[in-house]
Amino acid sequence: MSEPMPPFELSRPQTVGQAVKALNALPEGRLIAGGTDLIANMRRGLVESKNLIDISAIAELHEMEFGKDGLRIGAGVTLREICNDMRIRADYPAIAQASDGVAGPGHRAAATIGGNLCQDTRCIYYNQSHWWRKSNGFCLKFKGDICHVAPTGRRCRAAFSGDLAPALIVHGTNIQIAGPGGTRRVAIAELYNEDGSDYLRLAPDEIIIAVHLPAFNPMAPVVSAYEKVRMRGAIDYPLAGVAVSCRRSNTGEAELQIAVTGTNSAPFLLKNVSPFNAGDGLDNYLADLSKLIQKQVSPQRTTTAAAHYRRLTAAAVAQRLARKLLLESSSG
Amino acid sequence: MKRLIRLEINGRKHEDAVADNLLLVDYLREAKKLTGTKKGCDGGECGACTVLIDGVARPSCITLAATCDGHKIETIEGQAKNGRLSALQRSFHENLGTQCGFCTPGMIMAAEALLRQNPEPNEDAIRSALGGNLCRCTGYVKIIKSVRAAAGAKT
Ligand SMILES: Cc1cc2nc3c(=O)[nH]c(=O)nc-3n(C[C@H](O)[C@H](O)[C@H](O)COP(=O)(O)OP(=O)(O)OC[C@H]3O[C@@H](n4cnc5c(N)ncnc54)[C@H](O)[C@@H]3O)c2cc1C
Ligand code: SF4
Ligand code: FES
Ligand code: FES
Repeated sequence: MSEPMPPFELSRPQTVGQAVKALNALPEGRLIAGGTDLIANMRRGLVESKNLIDISAIAELHEMEFGKDGLRIGAGVTLREICNDMRIRADYPAIAQASDGVAGPGHRAAATIGGNLCQDTRCIYYNQSHWWRKSNGFCLKFKGDICHVAPTGRRCRAAFSGDLAPALIVHGTNIQIAGPGGTRRVAIAELYNEDGSDYLRLAPDEIIIAVHLPAFNPMAPVVSAYEKVRMRGAIDYPLAGVAVSCRRSNTGEAELQIAVTGTNSAPFLLKNVSPFNAGDGLDNYLADLSKLIQKQVSPQRTTTAAAHYRRLTAAAVAQRLARKLLLESSSG
Repeated sequence: MKRLIRLEINGRKHEDAVADNLLLVDYLREAKKLTGTKKGCDGGECGACTVLIDGVARPSCITLAATCDGHKIETIEGQAKNGRLSALQRSFHENLGTQCGFCTPGMIMAAEALLRQNPEPNEDAIRSALGGNLCRCTGYVKIIKSVRAAAGAKT
């Protein structure tokens, strides 16, 4: 059973400035948005903060704006709003599909895009009750000194399992971050570290305020898709989740971007993906792609499914989506 | 710390001082004695605690009571009106959509949110609306049948 909720004080700032100030003044302070990740972890004794800063009342974080420069989604926009938005579904389908695949409808109504990007990494030795972890001697990620997954290793291998990150990565998303010194923008992949217990490159007093997507260009459309493999069809985290985007050039060459979640401690963009030329033959191209992805993912024994299975499914999903998008974009 | 919250529960206004760390499910069950809302897991996994917040189905076990200030909550206790069961309650009863009954309040609230938004859902829409609600008894077939029958009864 879970522990009772630990005691904490909640503050409810009305502006981003107030929230940054509160974080800055409370070194142990933690942000809470929808709470669907944080509260579940608190109930298992995985979060020790005595001060929660609830950012759900900050109006500007809930704004979504389609402008000339692209789409800006406030960090507090919910996944339910994202998967119901017709323009996102049309212009950035991978993002709508990824949102739709997160948890259940009740979670999506509360869960925010900012919280999804920052959600804690996962492992079968970590997402357990306090007494379970205690009886197992805890682990490197929290209160312990060894990793049960890779006992000779020195770092935590817990898997980053957010569904939205890969979809945002293949759409070339930037993240806007506010801190005491003002705001900064980084490419989304730069938000992450390949380290399960230190997976975010965010200072303790920084807040993600929005994500920025490049404008959809009907003259050079980018088509995209996201798919995840999971144990249960209804609610479940990805064992492996893959987003693919595809852009055709005038010469008929297709440029693919592929990003993966659920297999490593950080979501990442696949390196060295070569463009596809119709002359290459689709089957050969996809066979090479499979090898590439199998080389670059590094699933560990952090889920009940075998690591090798997750490696193979990541490759299979990438092949399936790439095939679909290449065929779609050539006929369209 | 405690704070004052004002909210509406099943159409009636309430004002209470709640601890910052109080979960909505515990506020409803312990402070308001609305024990129809169930607690079936250690956080967000089962849907037994589903209530409506401003008409939207949400798990109350991963929601802080403090953040419900100013909102409208609906629970299973508010479904029957003047002693008359709601269409969904009647339908779950008549179609054997409930066995041990532990998941039923959450199922009915999730289905209620669906039917208000989509009065004639097909099976896929029902399955996805109830995707966050687990049942260990029925095998779901009769739950889906109950929701379909209630939808028919409403229209
Ligand atoms: C049963 C269940 C199933 C789930 N299944 C999935 C799934 O399939 N896929 C998936 O991706 N997720 C899943 N989740 C996790 C969770 O619902 C999502 O990650 C959700 O998007 C988190 O958003 P939130 O607003 O609720 O975050 P919160 O829980 O409020 O916060 C999560 C973390 O992000 C930080 N944070 C929040 N907002 C910001 C911000 N603006 N700037 C900086 N830090 C911030 C918080 O401090 C916290 O550390 C599941 C959760 C449950 C309970
Ligand atoms: S990967 Fe190792 S250190 Fe990280 S959570 Fe799992 S057991 Fe703990
Ligand atoms: S008790 Fe809330 S989801 Fe299980
Ligand atoms: S009727 Fe027993 S859990 Fe659903």
